[in-house]
Amino acid sequence: MRMARTLARNKLHRWTLLLLFASTLLLVGASGDGTGQRFDRLGHNLMCECGCGQVLLECNHVGCSTSEQMRKELKLSMDRGDSDDVVLAGFVAKYGPAVLSAPTTTGFNRVAWIMPVVIFIAGLSAVVLVVRAWKRRPPNPPSDSTGSAPGELDEFRRRAREETTL
Amino acid sequence: MPQIGSFSLLLGLALSVYAFAAGLFAIVRNDDRLSETARRAGIAIFLAVTAASGVLVYCAFQNDFSVAYILHHSNRALPAPYKFAALWSGQEGSLLFWCWLLATYGLVLRFRHKVDTRLVAHASVVISAVQIFFLALVNFAAHPFALVAGTIPPDGNGLNPLLQYPEMVIHPPMLYLGYVGMTVPFSFALAALIMKYPGEKWIHITRRWTMVGWLFLTCGIFLGSYWAYKVLGWGGWWGWDPVENASLLPWLTGTAFLHSVMMQEKRGMMKVWNMWLIFSTFLLAIFGTFLTRSGVVSSVHAFAESDIGPYFVVFLALTFAVCAFFYVRNRSHLESEHKLESLVSRESSFLFNNVLLLVAAFAVLWGTLFPVLSEWATGHKVTVGPPFFNKVNIPIALCLLLLTAVGPLLAWRKTSTESIRRNFLVPALIALAVGVVLTVRGMKPWIDMSYFYALMTIMLSVLVAATIGSEFIRGGLVIARHNDSNVFHGMYLLTRRNTRRYGGYIVHLGVIVTMIGFAGVAFYQNTEQELGFGDKMSIGPYTLVCRSYTQDDKPNYSSEWAILDIYKNGKQITTMFPEQRFYKASGQPATIVANRSTIMEDLYLVYTGKNPESGRPIIKAHLNPLVWWIWAGAHFILVGTLIALVPNMQARRKKDSPRERPRALVGSEIESRAPVEAGSD
Repeated sequence: MRMARTLARNKLHRWTLLLLFASTLLLVGASGDGTGQRFDRLGHNLMCECGCGQVLLECNHVGCSTSEQMRKELKLSMDRGDSDDVVLAGFVAKYGPAVLSAPTTTGFNRVAWIMPVVIFIAGLSAVVLVVRAWKRRPPNPPSDSTGSAPGELDEFRRRAREETTL
Repeated sequence: MPQIGSFSLLLGLALSVYAFAAGLFAIVRNDDRLSETARRAGIAIFLAVTAASGVLVYCAFQNDFSVAYILHHSNRALPAPYKFAALWSGQEGSLLFWCWLLATYGLVLRFRHKVDTRLVAHASVVISAVQIFFLALVNFAAHPFALVAGTIPPDGNGLNPLLQYPEMVIHPPMLYLGYVGMTVPFSFALAALIMKYPGEKWIHITRRWTMVGWLFLTCGIFLGSYWAYKVLGWGGWWGWDPVENASLLPWLTGTAFLHSVMMQEKRGMMKVWNMWLIFSTFLLAIFGTFLTRSGVVSSVHAFAESDIGPYFVVFLALTFAVCAFFYVRNRSHLESEHKLESLVSRESSFLFNNVLLLVAAFAVLWGTLFPVLSEWATGHKVTVGPPFFNKVNIPIALCLLLLTAVGPLLAWRKTSTESIRRNFLVPALIALAVGVVLTVRGMKPWIDMSYFYALMTIMLSVLVAATIGSEFIRGGLVIARHNDSNVFHGMYLLTRRNTRRYGGYIVHLGVIVTMIGFAGVAFYQNTEQELGFGDKMSIGPYTLVCRSYTQDDKPNYSSEWAILDIYKNGKQITTMFPEQRFYKASGQPATIVANRSTIMEDLYLVYTGKNPESGRPIIKAHLNPLVWWIWAGAHFILVGTLIALVPNMQARRKKDSPRERPRALVGSEIESRAPVEAGSD
């Protein structure tokens, strides 16, 4: 029995590794983008400074001169052959850090990215730990306030569901 | 008239205070007659607040610009539906509208007091307390009937042009119905905790009310997206704006509650968790209102910055303190009756589902508030925009999709490996086959991360659809065999006999249809060009030819538009008219998007203005794949939720006719056997 379980576990591990390997290949194989795509990508990393609170390439203000000017600056910087970091640093120098549409991964801004991951891992771990702890726990006696056995409670639940149907 | 409005508001406040105080004394002294007077005062609040709301609408229709609110949000040329919508277009009016909706919910709750007189009496006190807060706000901090000082202008400033669309007449009421609706489950939950309610009846009542609130909130969110898509002219439907995020927060926790409540109903578990999920949903609904109105975060949707923010902070803190106090005092009442037995079980899938939904809620809240936090910590305000929210939330959404496929087919307590293999092998193979076909046909995930996400979304959606489909077919076949009918009639009967379960599946179908629509973003294209007479521009398979451009003048606005003939594969398919308007009263421009929507893609055209040198229009064209699916998914969700709200046919028949009982048993027999070890719901 234990042997069969070990074999099944090994098989599962092999499949997991294969899946991970395939996913890595897919992601590593990602190729670089063309000029249009790069403009689109960088334009979505910047905010329009006209006060609309929208991403640069999505500013919907009719005849917005600010977004027009910023797009020209982006194009100019790309034509100069600046790298992505230099392009974005140029905008930050001119308009301030709020021009970037997402926090950077440096300094205090790292906290923005780390916290959701920490909460995600903590949440999933908590579920696993809770399930394991509950599996070891003896069953609870029914709550004092109801004074009913679990079987009776199930019946009460069924009746309550019927009675509260609109 | 404004004096009548002001008086009605004061009367409403006085009645709320009475309903709260008398209700409280009646509970403490166990006085039924006093409790009845409190209930009737609660009903009278509705009349008072309805009178106040009616007066404000009347003032809008009468162009009574002596009322500051009407002066700032209406004008003489404003069409009638928008004059009506002026009620919720500004800070003061929308708070009054909130009061009215709360009074309406309170009215329904108090009329249905015979469901459980004592529980409703407690809930009624809680609702009255919330009502006192909002009525105090409109009486003393944001008065909708404040009068204009000095000379009364001949015409008003008009309604914000962005609000002058049919969708905006219906979107805010839906959203508010959702926000305010969460007060009712909150009231029942707090009432049950305070009185240590015996049994689970309160959770059934609460679940139903939560579904109603959740349904309105869902409709409000989708209508808001539809409005943003049709009106704002940027080609998208969700911008992760703080106010949009605020509506998503209670929706996420409400969704978590609607799932985990099944564990309490079925197995008497997760009582503390469910209690706090309801509390959180209400607190987040109030928090969303605070965000929209306080000016804490900048947003395109927010109301003008005002000083009512601190009142909301105090109210939120007080509400949390009350919840925490009664939880600490009565927590022994919330002990679980059963325990979790396996990680691979329906209970665990609900737990994981809840964790994922709460992590998503946290990520959205965190991203929304991070600019404030970073300014406080570093002195610099950073922007947290769509790239952050997409990067964080898309993986969570994919995990949720996977759980949507897996969860409903797991059995309560424990699921065997054999059962998993039997139930998921065929759906998984179908999903894999779809993935291979899409990859071969050009959706290569290694080209771009967005392609990878799109492919995963579609594959997981197919997996969910296949598992739900197999559930319906298997159950339908069993009923069809019993009734000698066909499988479709069997599926119909199956749904009617367990509306909650199969309505829920239809909601899940709606979610996957919507997700497929979201996946279309990966293939989005856009282009912009100046067009003279006869000029052409191309996007995807479409060619746009400018036939003409012209202008018009109307009482409320003047406009310019282009007339474009649209060709697909060389054949003319339609003519489209992207337009730009200039609203006279407010002096603001607005775009009227021309959109041709098909099941595969939307051709979305925006008139962005005229080139001042050439005088020719500039047209921005967006090709948005699969957007139609988003709105189709919303319809599925709506229908599924409505089905889930309808009582089971079996239950009704039992009540109506004892002779029908043997036949009705067929339904329960099927639920216990099919589908595949999984318990009902």
